[in-house]
Amino acid sequence: MAKLIVDGIEIDVAPELTLLQACEAAGAEIPRFCYHERLSVAGNCRMCLVEVKGGPPKPTASCGMNVRDLRPGPNGEPPVVLTNSPMVKKAREGVMEFLLINHPLDCPICDQGGECDLQDQAMAYGVSGSRFIENKRAVEDKYLGPLIKTSMNRCIHCTRCVRFTTEVAGIAEMGLISRGEDAEITSYLEKALSSELQGNVIDLCPVGALTSKPYAFHARPWELSKTESIDVMDAVGSAIRVDVRGREVMRVLPRLNESVNEEWISDKTRFIWDGLRTQRLDRPYVKADGRFRATSWGDAFATIATRVTSTAPERMGAIVGDLASVEEMFALRELMAALGVASVDGRQDGTALHPKFGRASYVFNATIAGIEEADAILMIGADPRREASVMNARIRKRWRASGGKLPVFTIGAPVDLTYPHVHLGSDPAALQHLDAGALDVLNAAQKPLIVVGQGALVRHDGLALLSLAAKLATEVGAVTEGWNGFSVLHTAASRVGALDLGLVPGEGGRDVAGMIDASAKGELDVLFLLGADEFGAQHLGPNTFVVYIGSHGDTGAHRADVILPGATYAEKSGTYVNTEGRVQLGNRAAFPPGEAREDWAVLRALSEALGRKLPFDSLAQLRAKLYSAHPEFAAIDTIPAADPQAINTLATLGGIVRPEPFVPLIADFYLTNPIARASKVMAECSALARSGHSIAAE
Amino acid sequence: MLQDKDRIFTNIYGRHDWGLEGALKRGQWDGTKDILAKGRDFIIKEIQASGLRGRGGAGFPTGLKWSFMPKQSDGRPHYLVVNADESEPGTCKDRDILRHDPHTLIEGCLIAGFAMGAHAAYIYVRGEFMRERERLQAAIDQAYDAGLLGKNACGSGWDMDVFVHHGAGAYICGEETALLESLEGKKGQPRMKPPFPANVGLYGCPTTVNNVESIAVTPTIMRRGAAWFSSFGRDNNKGTKLFMISGHVNTPCVVEEELGITFRELIEKHAGGVRGGWDNLLAVIPGGASCPIVRADQIMDAQMDFDGMRAIGSSFGTGGVIVMDRSTDVIAAISRISYFFRHESCGQCTPCREGTGWMWRVMERMRQGNAAREEIDMLFQVSKQIEGHTICALGDAAAWPVQALIRNFRPVIEARIDDYVSQHGMAAE
Repeated sequence: MAKLIVDGIEIDVAPELTLLQACEAAGAEIPRFCYHERLSVAGNCRMCLVEVKGGPPKPTASCGMNVRDLRPGPNGEPPVVLTNSPMVKKAREGVMEFLLINHPLDCPICDQGGECDLQDQAMAYGVSGSRFIENKRAVEDKYLGPLIKTSMNRCIHCTRCVRFTTEVAGIAEMGLISRGEDAEITSYLEKALSSELQGNVIDLCPVGALTSKPYAFHARPWELSKTESIDVMDAVGSAIRVDVRGREVMRVLPRLNESVNEEWISDKTRFIWDGLRTQRLDRPYVKADGRFRATSWGDAFATIATRVTSTAPERMGAIVGDLASVEEMFALRELMAALGVASVDGRQDGTALHPKFGRASYVFNATIAGIEEADAILMIGADPRREASVMNARIRKRWRASGGKLPVFTIGAPVDLTYPHVHLGSDPAALQHLDAGALDVLNAAQKPLIVVGQGALVRHDGLALLSLAAKLATEVGAVTEGWNGFSVLHTAASRVGALDLGLVPGEGGRDVAGMIDASAKGELDVLFLLGADEFGAQHLGPNTFVVYIGSHGDTGAHRADVILPGATYAEKSGTYVNTEGRVQLGNRAAFPPGEAREDWAVLRALSEALGRKLPFDSLAQLRAKLYSAHPEFAAIDTIPAADPQAINTLATLGGIVRPEPFVPLIADFYLTNPIARASKVMAECSALARSGHSIAAE
Repeated sequence: MLQDKDRIFTNIYGRHDWGLEGALKRGQWDGTKDILAKGRDFIIKEIQASGLRGRGGAGFPTGLKWSFMPKQSDGRPHYLVVNADESEPGTCKDRDILRHDPHTLIEGCLIAGFAMGAHAAYIYVRGEFMRERERLQAAIDQAYDAGLLGKNACGSGWDMDVFVHHGAGAYICGEETALLESLEGKKGQPRMKPPFPANVGLYGCPTTVNNVESIAVTPTIMRRGAAWFSSFGRDNNKGTKLFMISGHVNTPCVVEEELGITFRELIEKHAGGVRGGWDNLLAVIPGGASCPIVRADQIMDAQMDFDGMRAIGSSFGTGGVIVMDRSTDVIAAISRISYFFRHESCGQCTPCREGTGWMWRVMERMRQGNAAREEIDMLFQVSKQIEGHTICALGDAAAWPVQALIRNFRPVIEARIDDYVSQHGMAAE
């Protein structure tokens, strides 16, 4: 530890801290534009200048100076740093003046207005009035794709966007060209950025140079009500803030959660919000003569009741989709149990994971923050860049921290992960006969991380592959005291919660594939879909009566006989368990449209119509029941312990592995769920990504 | 006046053979092996004792700089980098060393490299110096062929490789850390200091960056002794130095002279006097474009060395003396220098990026007189807001000429403004 005196306050800090961090530790506020905790230090904005006593007679950039580089006083006194001396005040005023001379005076029409670092700091550290009477610099706006709107006149060249895209996102597509006052931030080729994390530069940009294109001119920050919630676009469970004006979600921003998403979110998370407005199911429908007829709740329930009461439980089933919260899945489970239905499945993708093998067999045991401890990584059938973009940034962070030496091996469809990795093969043989070099590296590693993706688990031989991966994990020492590197990467926000709830077929029940099969054979008469759209509804037989509970008119609703309109994640309070097994609570930011209701309430009302009234009348009562049955769901923001012994058991299962190569799980990153498929912005991104691929193929 | 026997650069005018044969005749590469045999510490002590100060402009003691290099390698290689990105307007000495006396530099690289434990030296040559680069490379090739470089250089047992790298014509790449960035293949933008290059330099390894002249004089210092070198000049300003005299003199030239020679003697002896006589002298920029401009009366009898120039509120810089007679529009001259710095600012940090353009625009208006008198003080303040607030010294370099102009020629600016107002009415708002 090193002592120093900041504005008369003596503090003791780690010597590797920067002066800026040390000053903040002493309670001094240091203005900054270019400095960002998660990016490399650029030191170019010069706003964070402080005075260091005994040094050269000029201010020092506190972001780039380490505490250990300070020299003590002549008699060994701690170094003295001043953050509010006349020299510092003058320096800040000077820098602020320079930043503003070429900055346009368009705050009234700037989307950053009200949440602009430059605005705030100009108020706090600038002077009123301008002495600059020359013409201001004009810079051409750049095209960065459908997500980021540029207004380059406003750019102050802090290079945060350049550093983010190169360091965190791993794409070298932005840079600063030219020099002096002609310097410009650009994407060089006027090409859309190719990262799934690009939206974060909007948050990083301290001015209005990079703003959200879909959100442009839609709202002002002070008119928005802000709700802290959890994202459901993937199984990472990123912390988000949903900003709403009136009934409409206007934007989604990241929140800080060091253990999950740090402060990044993927573009799907950020720009999905226009999908919350379109294709919505806003009233119940009943299909008659092949056409949907709008109807009342009572009529819809009556239609369902007629069918259900005349159907034997073994000829009924229920499938849960990717976005469902624990509460509604619990309600569904209780209702199905009351009806005696055993064919219940929360794994619409057909993954081989099963709660009977123990919790450690289906969660990301290493945890996302734990990735930073891993010293060798093997990924099997996983593409974290598309399946969990924010987590991929964490792996990249680990790779960067290792000085580019982190060994990463992949088995599966070839992927571009933004960091170098050794592709060991595209088919399961590469796992059965693991490359000797890779095996040596994994064996030598202290904390090897084995990531098993759904790309391996949704296959018919998924269980055998899971067992094989578990066997490898135990053999290379990935499961030890204090470290469990056997990690399953999920892609659906609902999946771990469903497995925790035991939403798998009961005694004599059918799984998803079994239900589709039975339906085709005419052995399934009633099927409940709780937001299930991606399981292959088109393969259902014509005689199955389908009840769809969900928010969007997507494939599930299309096939339905009765539609019960539900709520999206932004419109309900719900518990989600992310891929690590972390229990998180999302909050309601808006209300569902029209007559749509929260899904648990729909199920509760339906239960009464079916004569199997569920024993709760409010969300609080539901949760009380849920928590008494599953206490782990009450421990919000924690990861309930999972016994690693499960992996040893898993390793002994064995099974026959088939030779077919792995196929990519996510065909289109931007269109993985019903909300995304309803989003115009996502459609645009998808089209762009596809056209980009076709160009690359030529 | 420096006698011919005491000149270090004996072929600075290119009248003799630049090649190895000529160099050997002039006494270069003589006993290099014996010099190295005396050991690293001896060489560094000797250079320190000689009082040699860096010839690139800042005047940092060369021996002291070398002593900052780690004594023992921690596994990382050490590098010597020679800054031959000579781009400062008014400076043209390194060019003559490269093309006419390249072996002084190459031998210096071996000695300096040995003294700092480096097996590799990179010479970063300004992009525009194409012929010079070819000449330097040819000289290096000669040295390799003669066994003076490479494995067991000069039979000393020390391996030394010298590489020539050429820039792409950016003034900022003469700043030592920007030079290292450029050498690494990146965009030439200065790094923040600390860490200093002696700890984290080229490719993150301990590195010393020296000016061409600083390195090129070391073999002679080692051969003739620190006492000889330090017999020239006064305390703190020892040795001989290449002066570059340009502008309104009768015979502009590059000349090696003793530090501390008076300006009058320098100009009279070597540059044929000021054009139109001493009464016609208006102003001098004594050390290259970034040094503050001084009035004739200030410099006429000043001693041309680091302290002498500091005493008159300027800086010795590289010794590139730009002489201006009374025909000079001194405001236009400084405005042109402002344009140079605006053009060469790398754009990385705010004060320099924004301030150099602002200063140039105001200077341009002041050149015409299209300004208000209050703007003179504003311009001075703006220059003060740049100075000392930037990552590298280019901000300072851009600010000093303007500050000096206001300090020394304020009446000229005011008169220009008054003239303009009387002709055009109010200055443009």
